[in-house]
Amino acid sequence: MTTAEEHPKPEEEKTWEPKILAFLCNWCSYAGADLAGISRIQYPPNIRIVRVPCSGRVNPFYLIKSLQAGWDGVLVSGCHPGDCHYISGNLVARRRFAIIKDILEFMGIAPGRLNFSWVSAAEGEKFSKVVKEVVEKVKKLGPNKKLVKE
Amino acid sequence: MESLQNSMREIVRNLLTEHKIDLAIGYEKGTLPLRTSPCFVTKEGEIQKLVWNSCCDLDLTKYLFKPENQNKKIGIIVKGCDARALTVCIAEKQIERNKTFIIGMPCLGIIDKKKVEAAVAPKEILEVKVIDDQIIVKGKDFERTLSKKDYLQTSCLACRYNNPPIYDALVGGKPLELPSEIDWDKIIAEFEAKSPEERWAYFSELLKDCIKCYACRNACPLCYCKECFVDQTQPQWVGKTTDISDIMFYHIVRAFHVAGRCTGCGACTRACPMNIDLRLLSKKLEKIIKDRYNLEAGLNPEEPPAMGAHKAEDPQEFITEGH
Repeated sequence: MTTAEEHPKPEEEKTWEPKILAFLCNWCSYAGADLAGISRIQYPPNIRIVRVPCSGRVNPFYLIKSLQAGWDGVLVSGCHPGDCHYISGNLVARRRFAIIKDILEFMGIAPGRLNFSWVSAAEGEKFSKVVKEVVEKVKKLGPNKKLVKE
Repeated sequence: MESLQNSMREIVRNLLTEHKIDLAIGYEKGTLPLRTSPCFVTKEGEIQKLVWNSCCDLDLTKYLFKPENQNKKIGIIVKGCDARALTVCIAEKQIERNKTFIIGMPCLGIIDKKKVEAAVAPKEILEVKVIDDQIIVKGKDFERTLSKKDYLQTSCLACRYNNPPIYDALVGGKPLELPSEIDWDKIIAEFEAKSPEERWAYFSELLKDCIKCYACRNACPLCYCKECFVDQTQPQWVGKTTDISDIMFYHIVRAFHVAGRCTGCGACTRACPMNIDLRLLSKKLEKIIKDRYNLEAGLNPEEPPAMGAHKAEDPQEFITEGH
């Protein structure tokens, strides 16, 4: 889904590492990331974590603003549907994410830039896999050029 | 058209004399040809000012939000698209249904002023008469007859609700059929077949002229927030420059904010001083909501708006599973 223009040049490709901003909900995914840490499960060091009370707290502003500020990808992770600490915050978030993702993709932002996942506090292993998959996807896309404010 | 106008005046007269409403909001003749202005009628003597024709393009719902119109019983004149916007506002509990008397009008198809002006350019239009499906345009030493169907608003060409879905009184009987000529599903499918780069290039090109005057927001009957995100300074979400990144940011968030609410009336496009056609995006929004949640905005005032509701079984094919 990418063109040569978005790909980094061969010499840059070796050294370029994507920077990914991750919004993790306090009750599940942040604890899941913590579990991955204390269990010594390896995952790529490309993510920077912002702890949020709930995935429903993540305003779509944050996602677009992150891309505008030059982050190469964004990951939002919350509790599995039905497990939300606030009953339905993640269900509200799910509709929002679906819409904002559809809008951005329609306008031409590559699908891998915005990522959403459900990771529970017991899924340290899954958290590492999700991060690996997201980093992989964003690496393929190359540095974020669209939307970035120079 | 005359008979519709007379029936409309008669309804307003009855409502005012029976004190069922304090104020009627309708249209009056504009100061320029092909224009109408909003008209506020409180006395019987002013009813003659009200008009109904093919130039009644404004959506009057916006005036229900004015502070001076709070706590008043208001009769409002609506077309199909206006009624749908009004329905969204009622569903979102912004307008009290029992304080609003909805006078539904069969839409005659709204003439696109810019298209008519372009047809006779560079000559100036001084007088316009619309007789059935013909537009007679007069100016200094010229007169032309145009076929109305070629000069309708683009949004009218895909209209499916030219009669209001909700009303308290409906003027006229038989619904007027408008041609649904534009197949948006096909246009959207063709656009989506392009690569992301081509799509990004299309939107960059489309929006590069945007001067961020926010006329599209001001004209939108659904943008009723007392403080809009573009006016917030702490935090300031949207940069105030006309850098393409800031323009995109504004348009993405604007689209997001009207998702599941937009009825495709075309008020944003009509209001744009730079002639930016935002309809591809708004039609796509309608399609997203329809495909994902099987909802259509502005048809049922009892139904919660798409973004104000959720279901356990909502589709989530976009979730990363981490395999």
